[in-house]
Amino acid sequence: MDFRTVGLTENEYKTILRELGRTPNETELRLFGVMWSEHCSYKSTRPLLRLFPIEGRAVVQGPGENAGVVDLGEGFGLAFKVESHNHPSAVEPYQGAATGVGGIIRDILAMGARPVASMDGLFFGDPELRKTKVLRQGIVAGIGGYGNAVGVPTVGGKTVYDEAYTENPLVNAFCAGVVRLEDIVRSDTAQPGRLVVLLGAKTGRDGIAGAAFASVELAEDTSASRPQVQIGDPFAEKILIECCLELLEKRLIDSMQDMGAAGIISSSSEIAAKSGVGMTLDLDRVPLREKGMTPWEIALSESQERMLLIVNPDRMEQVLQVAAKWTLDCTVFGETTGDGRFVMKAGGTAVVDLPPAFIGGNAPIIHWLSREPRDLEKRQRLEVEELSPPKDLGAVLRSLLKDPNLGSKTWISEQYDSMVQTNTVIGPGGPVSLLRVLRGDRSPVFIAFSMEADPWKCHTDPRGGGAETVARTLRSLSVCGAEPLGWTNCLNFPSPQDPEVFWEMRECVQGMADAARGLSCPVVSGNVSLYNETPQKKILPTPLVVTAGLLSDLDGFLPWSRWREGDHLFLAGMPNTALGASRYLLRTFGLLQGKILPFDAGAEQDFTARARRTAKERAARSARSLAGGGLAVALAKEAMESGIGARLDVQIPTRPDVFLFGEGGPRALYAVPPASLPLFRSIWRGSPLTELGVATGNILDVKRGFSLSLAELRDSWRR
Amino acid sequence: MRHRAEIVVTLKSGVLDIQGKAVFQSLQQLGYGELEDVRVGKVVHLLLDAPTPEKARELARGMCEDLLVNGLIEEYRISLEAAER
Amino acid sequence: MNVSVVVFPGSNCDQDAVRALASFSGRPVAQVWHGDPALPAATDLVILPGGFSYGDYLRTGAMAARSPIMEAVRRHAYEGGLVLGICNGFQILTEARLLPGTLLPNKTLTFVCKPCTLRVERTDTPFTGAFRPNQVVQFPIAHHEGLFYLPEKELDELEQRGQVVFRYASPEGSVAPEASPNGSLRNIAGIVNERGNVLGLMPHPERASDPVLGERDGLLVWQSVAGWIEGGH
Repeated sequence: MDFRTVGLTENEYKTILRELGRTPNETELRLFGVMWSEHCSYKSTRPLLRLFPIEGRAVVQGPGENAGVVDLGEGFGLAFKVESHNHPSAVEPYQGAATGVGGIIRDILAMGARPVASMDGLFFGDPELRKTKVLRQGIVAGIGGYGNAVGVPTVGGKTVYDEAYTENPLVNAFCAGVVRLEDIVRSDTAQPGRLVVLLGAKTGRDGIAGAAFASVELAEDTSASRPQVQIGDPFAEKILIECCLELLEKRLIDSMQDMGAAGIISSSSEIAAKSGVGMTLDLDRVPLREKGMTPWEIALSESQERMLLIVNPDRMEQVLQVAAKWTLDCTVFGETTGDGRFVMKAGGTAVVDLPPAFIGGNAPIIHWLSREPRDLEKRQRLEVEELSPPKDLGAVLRSLLKDPNLGSKTWISEQYDSMVQTNTVIGPGGPVSLLRVLRGDRSPVFIAFSMEADPWKCHTDPRGGGAETVARTLRSLSVCGAEPLGWTNCLNFPSPQDPEVFWEMRECVQGMADAARGLSCPVVSGNVSLYNETPQKKILPTPLVVTAGLLSDLDGFLPWSRWREGDHLFLAGMPNTALGASRYLLRTFGLLQGKILPFDAGAEQDFTARARRTAKERAARSARSLAGGGLAVALAKEAMESGIGARLDVQIPTRPDVFLFGEGGPRALYAVPPASLPLFRSIWRGSPLTELGVATGNILDVKRGFSLSLAELRDSWRR
Repeated sequence: MRHRAEIVVTLKSGVLDIQGKAVFQSLQQLGYGELEDVRVGKVVHLLLDAPTPEKARELARGMCEDLLVNGLIEEYRISLEAAER
Repeated sequence: MNVSVVVFPGSNCDQDAVRALASFSGRPVAQVWHGDPALPAATDLVILPGGFSYGDYLRTGAMAARSPIMEAVRRHAYEGGLVLGICNGFQILTEARLLPGTLLPNKTLTFVCKPCTLRVERTDTPFTGAFRPNQVVQFPIAHHEGLFYLPEKELDELEQRGQVVFRYASPEGSVAPEASPNGSLRNIAGIVNERGNVLGLMPHPERASDPVLGERDGLLVWQSVAGWIEGGH
């Protein structure tokens, strides 16, 4: 069979021939086709990902395992990661989203952690289109259908609308779990002479070659793509979680790997390669759901809710007992060896015989061409003077609140159980989500999560946009009083074969790395999803970031939307910012243009340090870091949710619309009770601080700006 | 002998059928003005071993009474046929 | 008080109930596997927790209601012991015919998770002695099938016998249909059996038992039960 049929390039095939010293057989060729696809091998992006800083005080496990882990103190860690499931969701929205949730949960479980929180970054097309509504309905239902049943609370998320995603919706599923550091499961600990065991669902033809499917652009007619979508069973997953955690608690297994993309071959070869052992597997012993499956179908199947276990023969009997209690299939189908070879047998003969490390880790890096987009200058040009300032700023604000990107998402989040496990202190709807983490009989701690994406800024200014995305999460965490520990990310891009796309991706990654270094916050895990495009349309460059921050107790937590009559309102951070790629520009003028403020490490460090002091010393009552829609939207949200208006009288230093709707840079809106004014001012002395006015009444009144009642604001904001 | 039983489970008339109502509205919006009513139920297929069709039917009925059907709000209909090996 | 929480395959809220009751009573709470034939001796209160037992497949609570442990739960109820079914637990109790009626899909046809106000209709049950008559309390809901249904005639009989214990209400205490998040008939959120020792409710008191998470009205349920047991019942 020709190597091109399985999606390999000539260079890749030659590399295989050279390394093996022989021609691979058909089964082996198919395995390489999938394992060396973009989705599995990251061949286009490995060098880029090395730009990220990965070291930090709190890092216990960085990129390279199923999830990253940060230290929560007292011997506990938080494992977390975000992963995409874009192509399947475009084809079968409910199951694509559901299995995306299921897959990331298993990644967390594979670290030995109990999954405790989920979040989802969703990117949809024009919300007026029927197609978008259908996709959204399926995806939201799929996330809820799976997440609610499996018992992991969905505590937050982000929903973005832009026509760029109409044909290519994105589903980025995030999960976090709690693990004792001494119990973390790793894939490099397998010894020779152990049993290789399959736990969980039977194997069928689900998602055959799905990983390769994720590496190709969607064809015109997606109904032809349908058979490749996996079907999820959250009940089976819940049982799997409880069974695995029991096996771990009883110390019955040496290692564990979840079966995601490329199922058996991927999980087993990864353990063999990382542990430096050989492995012999007998595919005839894999419990099957379908008749007549070929060896490569069994090896590549992406049937859900299965885990691979490495078990010491002494413990196998007990493992079987635990599996039987949970009524899960548990089958020995191989063993680890000392001969350094990865062998798969079927019908008594070896059908695969490869060096383990070569299967997964060594797809040759592809150095795509990179070229600055021809229209970059045009994208970045923005003469603010050419925009006629709107006469009715109140109408602009109301329009922004109606923007589906900024409006209330309660109607989505109420379809998710955000409270199961009774540790959710603050669920969806705010700048951060707050979770209590129990640490055995030690005192609990609290984790704040911030999820951010700004594809528009990444389009006009990839480097600035990448930095802004990361920086926003760090600002939100610092403002509420949390200490950022680490972050995970999903890089969603179109085809890297387009040199301009590759350039954008590299610039975004560089920008993200700049911000992470500038604010000393490392990446602990991540995921890349490429080829998100159809012949008609490419998605915008879409890095998604989730950062976790730590609070040792709730005394140091500074909430939002807590204005009280008489509080003084301040804008901390620079008053002048940019209109580039702002919601205002898009919504009011239909323009996606303009550079954004460059990342300023010194200013960001200064801001986050003072913000954390403000929270720690309880120098303010309410605080909100600015993001989409700028100051005006932040004022509106604080007012609506607090139930109180404000009277603002500021010498606006620039155009009113720039001041009110500009975005970018470290800025926050604070409400300070009169008694705390001296402390607050002293904390912010030497840093830009603008006194805005006072919280009062039920009108949001900005002198020389706009005046809107709370009722008018709510009317625009609620769906 | 192998039998295949097809059990159609439906809501008793008079019980709220919210799913049916929602489907009815969607179909109407798609232009099916001829539609008068929609009720949504479920189908269960059983493949079972029994010496005679009567015994197979009796077994199927037992399964309906024991688990498959909620007698408060649902009713059911069994169709039976012989199944090849 | 001795509390046992039954764990079915797919139960999600069992640990939540265990923690809430252990924290309240200061005593260990027994966890009973669905396949066990018996409850621990001297059990006062059995809780059937929330979640998705058997994935909600076929009908919610249908398969769990046929679990081996349910025989022991039935006996416990028959002998006057207390049984509390929360959310999926309520669904299981109706499937097991320990409570009348059934729970249909929410009128919105979606899963709904949000805080919810209830009015307490009876304060003379073992589960509600610590409440005031007509008190308005807040427990969160999180369910897809919470629409309580009985045919009209049986519903009237249920009401006449005073078996309705909690109703969905507005924060001001009105039980108009608009106050119901799921379309439950007569805004019924929770009922007892005729004897009053088996309670089923869709909202989650165990999610309203911790000041850190915001709500505390759930504690009144545990206080009521503790008071009942200490009172020598």
